[in-house]
Amino acid sequence: MLLKVENLSVDLDGENILKNISFEINEGETLTILGPNGAGKTVLLRTLLGLIPYKGKIIWGRKYRLGYLPQGLNQLLMKGLPLTVEDFFHFKEPLPLRNEIVKILSLVGLKENILNKIIGNLSGGEFQRVLLAWVLINNPEVLILDEPTTGIDIGGGKTIYSLLKEIKKEKNLSIILITHDLDIVYDFTDKVMCLAHKTHTCFGPPHEVISSSKLEEIYGGNIKFYEH
Amino acid sequence: MNSQLLLSLISGIFISGVAGYLGSLMLSRKMSVVAGPLAHLSLPGAAIAIIFGWSLLVGVFPFVLLGVILIWFLERKTKLPMENLAAIIFAFGVGTALLILPIDKAEEALVGNINNISLIETIIVVLVSMIVFYITKRIYSKVMMLNIHEELARVEGVNVNFYNFLYLFNIGLVVSIGVYLVGGLITAALIAIPSAIAKNLSRNLRSYQFWAVISGISSTITGTYLNRFYHLPTGPLIIVTGAVFFIISVVIKSIKKFNF
Repeated sequence: MLLKVENLSVDLDGENILKNISFEINEGETLTILGPNGAGKTVLLRTLLGLIPYKGKIIWGRKYRLGYLPQGLNQLLMKGLPLTVEDFFHFKEPLPLRNEIVKILSLVGLKENILNKIIGNLSGGEFQRVLLAWVLINNPEVLILDEPTTGIDIGGGKTIYSLLKEIKKEKNLSIILITHDLDIVYDFTDKVMCLAHKTHTCFGPPHEVISSSKLEEIYGGNIKFYEH
Repeated sequence: MNSQLLLSLISGIFISGVAGYLGSLMLSRKMSVVAGPLAHLSLPGAAIAIIFGWSLLVGVFPFVLLGVILIWFLERKTKLPMENLAAIIFAFGVGTALLILPIDKAEEALVGNINNISLIETIIVVLVSMIVFYITKRIYSKVMMLNIHEELARVEGVNVNFYNFLYLFNIGLVVSIGVYLVGGLITAALIAIPSAIAKNLSRNLRSYQFWAVISGISSTITGTYLNRFYHLPTGPLIIVTGAVFFIISVVIKSIKKFNF
């Protein structure tokens, strides 16, 4: 078992955000959390990371090395800082060696010369790959990714997921992921959770739980969905 | 070189070097603005020191430390932005100073008097500067990460409250010794100008830190020597020199940008 959650409820500033969430995932699995804006997806991830107080139980199988890519980590936060890609990697502890950084950058399709570039000046796609490499550098066992392809064009997003798929195979990672990209759910995830109305309305393998009617139920309106 | 000038130069070099270094971290957090209010909080302390004939540091440090603790505590409790809290502290500092500062003796508190610094005070300033430099070096990358994304830093194992406190404590120490060099009125400039110059000249974090320290020290040496020739107050001369260096750095940056 990687993670077991029982009757999880979260209140923020007196408002109930999540109610009676229960699920379990195993090591090596990928869980995708789907849901409309404001459903509490990010709150759920932050709660799993211990960043928000909660009621209920969150039981990790053991103490894992976590790699977290938060939603709000965009280039704007680093614009104007005299921070190179190499400087950014030096924030990590333990301090990674240069050849380790080069190796992980190559894994996400980037060359060594990017290390000397100012991080705020990278293109959106390069920046997202650098973030992914940064999260991966100290060999995390569990990746927690909050919309990792936000701001990336469709091709770039697909590349990021292809990279994740390869790295997952190579390093036997467990991944918990938020995305709005339904295409990758079938291709990439073992389990999916639909989050709406403060709780989960589906949980299980995507082929079993995802359907047009289910998506309409959680997102509302006429969602066009082509089953894979 | 006479011994008083030597003491002034040594203490000035240490204060401005460490203020530049810490300032480079503060600019990255858009926190340079906090140094101003804290420096103004030093004014009532300076006033008490002047009234009772104490060393400036004895009067100033408790007030600045109180300000640091108040900002740290109130930020945690109220979740108000630090700039907002700093503005409250600023108003408190200036208001109290205006009530108790003897106007005829105000110059030392307002613009500093590094030219009269004693040997003991110089030793204290050097020691405090070294402590601040060491702590800043140890916390630099963690605080930078906090500046970029606090929750990411927490997941990476950074104790946010501890590092924020150390960071603010360092600011308090630098502001306290900065009052000797340039006075409570313009200490913020001692922190803000070198880092702004460094930002214009640097290509990576290491050169940014280097230029922040060097430009702070250069302004102080130039300002101190200008005082010998023109007999104007050293503190404002240091700050004006720093401002001139900043304009030069803007020109250099423009030249680099357009490859003239």
